[in-house]
Amino acid sequence: MHRLLAIIERDLRRFKANPALVVMSMAMPLLQLIILGYAFGGQIRHLEIGVVDQDGHVPAAKLSAMLRAVAANARTYDTVPYMDEGQALADLRNGRINGVVTIPPNFSRDLLAGKSPTVALIEDNTDQFSSSALAGSMSALLGAYNGNGVPPRMTANVSLSIVEVYPYVPYIQYLLPGTIVLAIFVSAMMGGGIMYIDDKARGLHEGYLVTPVTKLELIMGFNLAGTIKAFISGSVLVTIGSVIAGIPDPFSIARLAHMLALVVLTALALISMMFLIMVRIDDPVVPRAIFGVLNTLLYFPSGAVYPTSAFPEWMRVLSFVDPFTYAVHAFKSLVLKNTGFAAIGTDILFLGLFTVLAMAAATLLFKRTL
Amino acid sequence: MLDVDIEDLSKYFGSFCAVDRMTFGVKHGEVFGLLGPNGAGKSTLIRMLTTLVVPTSGHARVNGFDVAREADGVRKSIGVIPQAMTSDLDLTAIENMTIFAKLYGLSPQRRKAAIHELLQAVDLLDWGDKPVKTFSGGMRRRLEIARGLVHEPRIFILDEPTTGLDPVSRVAVWEMLDRLRRERDLTVMLSTHYMDEADKLCDRIAIVDHGKLVALDSPLKLKTSIPGTNSVEVSFSSLPADWQRTLAALPEVASVKVDEGVFRLSTNNGPRTVVALLDAVHAAGISIASLSVQSTTLDDVFVHYTGRQLRDAAHRANPAESRFIIRR
Repeated sequence: MHRLLAIIERDLRRFKANPALVVMSMAMPLLQLIILGYAFGGQIRHLEIGVVDQDGHVPAAKLSAMLRAVAANARTYDTVPYMDEGQALADLRNGRINGVVTIPPNFSRDLLAGKSPTVALIEDNTDQFSSSALAGSMSALLGAYNGNGVPPRMTANVSLSIVEVYPYVPYIQYLLPGTIVLAIFVSAMMGGGIMYIDDKARGLHEGYLVTPVTKLELIMGFNLAGTIKAFISGSVLVTIGSVIAGIPDPFSIARLAHMLALVVLTALALISMMFLIMVRIDDPVVPRAIFGVLNTLLYFPSGAVYPTSAFPEWMRVLSFVDPFTYAVHAFKSLVLKNTGFAAIGTDILFLGLFTVLAMAAATLLFKRTL
Repeated sequence: MLDVDIEDLSKYFGSFCAVDRMTFGVKHGEVFGLLGPNGAGKSTLIRMLTTLVVPTSGHARVNGFDVAREADGVRKSIGVIPQAMTSDLDLTAIENMTIFAKLYGLSPQRRKAAIHELLQAVDLLDWGDKPVKTFSGGMRRRLEIARGLVHEPRIFILDEPTTGLDPVSRVAVWEMLDRLRRERDLTVMLSTHYMDEADKLCDRIAIVDHGKLVALDSPLKLKTSIPGTNSVEVSFSSLPADWQRTLAALPEVASVKVDEGVFRLSTNNGPRTVVALLDAVHAAGISIASLSVQSTTLDDVFVHYTGRQLRDAAHRANPAESRFIIRR
């Protein structure tokens, strides 16, 4: 019995002696409850809808006004007026907006003539959650419009025609971009986090520090080595993952080139972030303890598994500063829409700036002495 | 010019003084030992000399370069074997050495020749392509010695190079170090808490305790600097009154010190003192619990200067030396 108690005591004393482990083991389940609880199934809000009124008469204006009124109240979507349908569709393809509602030129005339005009909803269906929410909202709105009638005391019968811009996107394809980023993150965590701190704790870095290697060479060396390893992981997901998920034409040279370039940028960003987190840490328990926390904090709020438009405000703030968000969005554009770099300029800019800032901060904090 | 020139060098960690105003010099070609118990400040001193720790005050020059202001010059002049085994276990011996040769900027031709020559010198040529994880502790230490010399440094600094090794491996490392020093015209500076290691290897020894330099000379001169040529360690079943004075009055006894019931008699003639001791014990009606007679050792020197035995000196945690290190 004493021996049993001794073993229990020893384990509990070690646990108590590691504050990071104590905090993480208690914080992690709570964090998962909060993040995952809000990451799935929230009400989708603030989708961007382009409205193109090609008619311009009173019934069409009333429909536009209803669209704006619903936008202001339900907030499922926000309306963006367009004069040119071509521009609206271009913005839809580049991911700037989520859908386009087009009121056709003869809408009012047909309506007043007792015909059944059709309003077109052209939507980005790469995110099934958002496109379903949008279609549902539009159908409800047209139902209300038809019920209210239009002047002069006529019953309206407007129907909705939904056009999906892309072929059907199964959930496995929707998950692929987030999984690519996750693979890069895991590699960064293993190489830039766990192995880096293990080597440091074993004294391997002491061996390097007594040589003439400069601080910059050390930092760049660690970061680029980590980036290469993360690039290999990311590349496997980009190629084999695309085949498994059934992405059409997975080996298109242009798309592959864009995606591999994005893998490099994402790997650089995540390795820099990891190096910044680990730069002053010596205890090998810490990276293991924070692995799960970082995973939950970065992956789920990024929109990898559910659209960020369904998140509560506080989680949208988290997703705004999360480098995963930009990497996931960029990979979604390339994988699901094959957009090229034009549609992901903001993502590239964020990831680039994030890399530079994280690397600069890590360099400042890095000590070339023990 | 001295290869290592230290003047009033101190290091504080908060209010804890790890190295306290040390001053000494190491000449070219000598093997210089820092002898002291764990926590004495040896590793902190070595880390300051190898640019890993910044001194709080004082100056240290290595090969003419100031450790604080000309760290790069110092790093190019020294080969260092840290206390922890720092070879990468997953790499082979040659891969480990190649990485370090590249860190020192050796050309491919020079690199290849140096690695071959050094692996031969440390008797690991047949093990060059094997992963280091398959090596014994002694082999790994020999590999690290080879690695530390790959750029042909002028000064070779080793922090407790044989700690954790079995006696046979320790002797092999000593012999290797001695040969390499002669063949390569090296200045060697090493820290150790093994008296026999310091005695066997070093031309001069600095005895360090609580961060202070307490004595510095050749092993022989250190041993002759204290009274007596023999040391008698004895403990008794009981202690009669005024027993220490009785012992001090025995023939040839130069001094008597007592530590936890064990009396240490420094004597100029061990056998004569022991015969007289036996008579005194008989006359006092007590018996001897333990007795040993030996020539003066560095431990006696340490006792003389610090008042306690080196092998029993309590470990005092030094913040710089108790960092989280996994020993492999």
